Amino acid sequence: MKPLRSIRMLSVAAFAVFSLSALVCPHVSAQQIKPWERIPIPALHEFKPHQPTRIELKNGIVLFLQEDHELPFVNGSVFIPGGSRDESTAKAGMIDLFGQAWRTSGSEKTDGDAMDDLLEAKAAHIETGGDVDSTSLSWDSLKADADQVYALAMDLLFHPKFSPEKLQLAQQQDATGIVRRNDDESEIANRESEKLVYGVDSPYTHQPELATIGAVTLADLNAWHDRSLKGKLIVAVSGDFDPVAMEARLRETFEPLPRVSPLPPHHDVFHDPARSLSFINKEDVNQSNIEIMGLGTDRHNPDIPSLAVMNQVLGGGFGSRLFQKVRTELGLAYAVGGGVGFDYDHPGTFRVMVLTKSASTVDATKAALAEIAGLSEKPVTDEELKRAKDDILNSFLFRYDTREKVLSESVRLEFYGYPANYLETYKAALEKVTLADVNLAARKYIHPDKLAVLVVGNGPEIKPPLDDLGMGAAHPIDITIPQPQQPAGQESKQ
Amino acid sequence: MQSKTTARFWLSLLLTALAGSLVFGQDLKSFEQKITTKVLPNGLTLLICELPDAPVFSYTTFIDAGGANDPPGESGLAHMFEHLAFKGTSEIGTTDYAAEKVALAKVEETNNAYEAEYLKPVGRDPQKLAELKKASLAAQAEAEKYVIPNQFTEVAQSNGAAGLNAETGLDETQYFWAMPENRLELWAWLESGRLSDVVPREFYKERDVVLEERRMRTDSNPIGRLLEQFLATAYVAHNYGRSNIGWPSEVSQITATEAMAFHKKYYVGSNIVVSVVGDVKASEVLPMLEKYFDKVPGGPKPEDMTTVEPKQFAEKTVVIREQTQPFYIEGYHRPSYRDKDDAVFDAISDILSNGRVSRLYRSLVRDQQIAAEAAGFSPYPGDKYPSLFAFYAFPLPGHTPPEMREAIHKEIDKLKTADVTDAELAMYKTRARADLLRSLADNQGLANALAEYQTRYGDWRELFLQLDRVDKVTKDDIKRVANQVFVASNRTSAQIETEAPAGNAKAGGTQ
Repeated sequence: MKPLRSIRMLSVAAFAVFSLSALVCPHVSAQQIKPWERIPIPALHEFKPHQPTRIELKNGIVLFLQEDHELPFVNGSVFIPGGSRDESTAKAGMIDLFGQAWRTSGSEKTDGDAMDDLLEAKAAHIETGGDVDSTSLSWDSLKADADQVYALAMDLLFHPKFSPEKLQLAQQQDATGIVRRNDDESEIANRESEKLVYGVDSPYTHQPELATIGAVTLADLNAWHDRSLKGKLIVAVSGDFDPVAMEARLRETFEPLPRVSPLPPHHDVFHDPARSLSFINKEDVNQSNIEIMGLGTDRHNPDIPSLAVMNQVLGGGFGSRLFQKVRTELGLAYAVGGGVGFDYDHPGTFRVMVLTKSASTVDATKAALAEIAGLSEKPVTDEELKRAKDDILNSFLFRYDTREKVLSESVRLEFYGYPANYLETYKAALEKVTLADVNLAARKYIHPDKLAVLVVGNGPEIKPPLDDLGMGAAHPIDITIPQPQQPAGQESKQ
Repeated sequence: MQSKTTARFWLSLLLTALAGSLVFGQDLKSFEQKITTKVLPNGLTLLICELPDAPVFSYTTFIDAGGANDPPGESGLAHMFEHLAFKGTSEIGTTDYAAEKVALAKVEETNNAYEAEYLKPVGRDPQKLAELKKASLAAQAEAEKYVIPNQFTEVAQSNGAAGLNAETGLDETQYFWAMPENRLELWAWLESGRLSDVVPREFYKERDVVLEERRMRTDSNPIGRLLEQFLATAYVAHNYGRSNIGWPSEVSQITATEAMAFHKKYYVGSNIVVSVVGDVKASEVLPMLEKYFDKVPGGPKPEDMTTVEPKQFAEKTVVIREQTQPFYIEGYHRPSYRDKDDAVFDAISDILSNGRVSRLYRSLVRDQQIAAEAAGFSPYPGDKYPSLFAFYAFPLPGHTPPEMREAIHKEIDKLKTADVTDAELAMYKTRARADLLRSLADNQGLANALAEYQTRYGDWRELFLQLDRVDKVTKDDIKRVANQVFVASNRTSAQIETEAPAGNAKAGGTQ
């Protein structure tokens, strides 16, 4: 028997952040003290999150050291700017292949397979990966093996030897993902709904195809490695180490590098989607995935604290208007929720999703749209405001209750250029949010006339039909997976 | 700031020093000082682990009953009750409990009348059925007048509860969240309240919600559909073969009366362990916790089920033909977690499946290049009763389930005929220890594990003492167990064969 096990049934809620209720009970006077309100809540034990040491090298590289001597491990990561939004559309999927093949290929000295043998025998790991705006290399090991694993990780960081076999292996893995991408309806809904906001050719949605991953070469991987390593690296180390020795070792590795050169800034243009209704037919399901999409904003926006509170009212969780109405009152969904998304350096999406049986697709969509529109029509109440703020503020310390979380937050703020005290100022701003702020934010950011609705579901089972939504005929989206072009002169065979 | 010399530190010393088990007892003692267990008069076990790194705590309430305990005809009941446990008590979630109680009795009465007519094998009167349905809905609407929806979860969340959720497995039901430490008493009030004083509120709407959950996890998910058929085929007698979320006809007819009967039988003190891990001092909080959790009804530990899955003597196969991509899984019956070979199964699954050094990865993914992913895992679908050791593979485009099956069988044959290497065995033991050590960093994970081991072994210490069994696994054990268990007559396999979309003449369409 193992402490952690796999396939289980997670219950209750599909969304991470929960919240408050819109309902006021008519029978209970506000003065009546409820049993739980008699329970004393003493002052919280004093706590100051342990901040990592930040060291900026002369070349612009930033180091973070977070000591933690409780467990005998040392963990480290190098974050490298540039990710899939920077790859060319003709080679969409390149960063993902890069992230896989980097580690599986290994270095000049130690190939990937030998590295696997060496590390796993010590229960240690070195991994690489690619994301939308960064790539990364991370390592972890028991303290006793930390020096050796660090040396191996740095060898891989600076001297990879990309191998054609491992690139091919990664291409096969990703090809499997591509041909399987229409098997699961929630995967279809997630992917296609983003395209309704960002467009199909946006750096955030361009889609790997068999042809685009097939076009990626070893030269592309080498060029990306050489180019991206010139960027502003962030190195974060945590665990059971001697800080003086660790700093010296990191300096020895990273100080000789040339001055970092930043990536060219992005100038992407973002638009609200047009009001529209789209449909994808999938006849092996009995439930519709409904996605209601709009343009979100980014974290630099000064209205973020108000929006965070508004999100909590609309679709944050158990007490949110969407949950109370669509799940609890109507019994139409298990999974329902959403709100305005804010990314660190580009607009996120506004997204509300509902999963409901085919026959109640129209009812559930209407109910969700009504709650969205209702945010400006039925202003947020004092009670809703209090609960939303209590939800967010009383659980705020779970953003920094471990040293590992404090370190991750520091890295994130450094990577996106936010001040190191961001969480403190954000919390202070959340505390000051007023009813007027939230209602203003709702009017400013919720535009029922600029929402694109996508339904993925079983067409013949959807009765009443989508026409009853009154949004015109549903626009069908073709999700056929393109086959790579045949060499000239060959007929496509079926 | 708290002292840095915490329990986690002591525990790490203990585990890293654990070469011989002589040192172990000594170090376990230092960790034991951080853990307090107390069995209340009603039989409920409280377990407190003091880890004051940050002013927070995580808890797990572990009920030794899950989907396998659903009575015949009521599959999905344990899970349905778990949803009910978020609906509040006579003190929270209601405007007037006395009146609500009367209204809820009427809900049951009208629902029973409707069900009786619905289930008539002959002579069901459609008009009467419609009237009974209407009366049942009217009774529900009347009862809802007294409900303050989701008040229980709202009070928890507005007091900072994070990660609030529950899980119903086949073997157990777990409730958990994390909270700021100054809300410990509030938590004790909420948790002991819902364990002892649950009200069958909004039951029939919640049943619709659970049916949506089933559509999401099982009906509309190709792997979900396949696994349900796989387990239903692998088991002929034991409840592990039954849908955990419930067969649609059964979940849709579960009544609140049945859910409350399940609660009465299984939610008794002797069947419950509550663990709290974090910034709490047992000496200070125990009297308060005892006061609240004393309210949980006592009663004997429910009798265990008599059914034991009979020995399989015929190989069984499930084939699903549909428009999804191919997949293969097979399983072999294995004994429960209490078997002396439990750690041997863990060793086999580690050597076959853990990481890029594993045999299945190297063979099917790296060398033969026929699969995107391949692994073996165990125990599945539960561990309390004899379960399965399962293998699966996702074929690369152009490859088929029969190729997966053949390649997996070759790897199994190697286990049966040749010893694993010294390096493989040593790697398993090193990783088992390091993984356990890593898992200690997380309050919630530790709360779950302590409650689970306290329930399953009657002693949380087994979480650590199991390393002794890990150390004792030999090459012979692996060969012996592989030969005993991985035989054709003990096998059930399931696969998806991809069908072309009906009437699709369009070139190049892969949907």
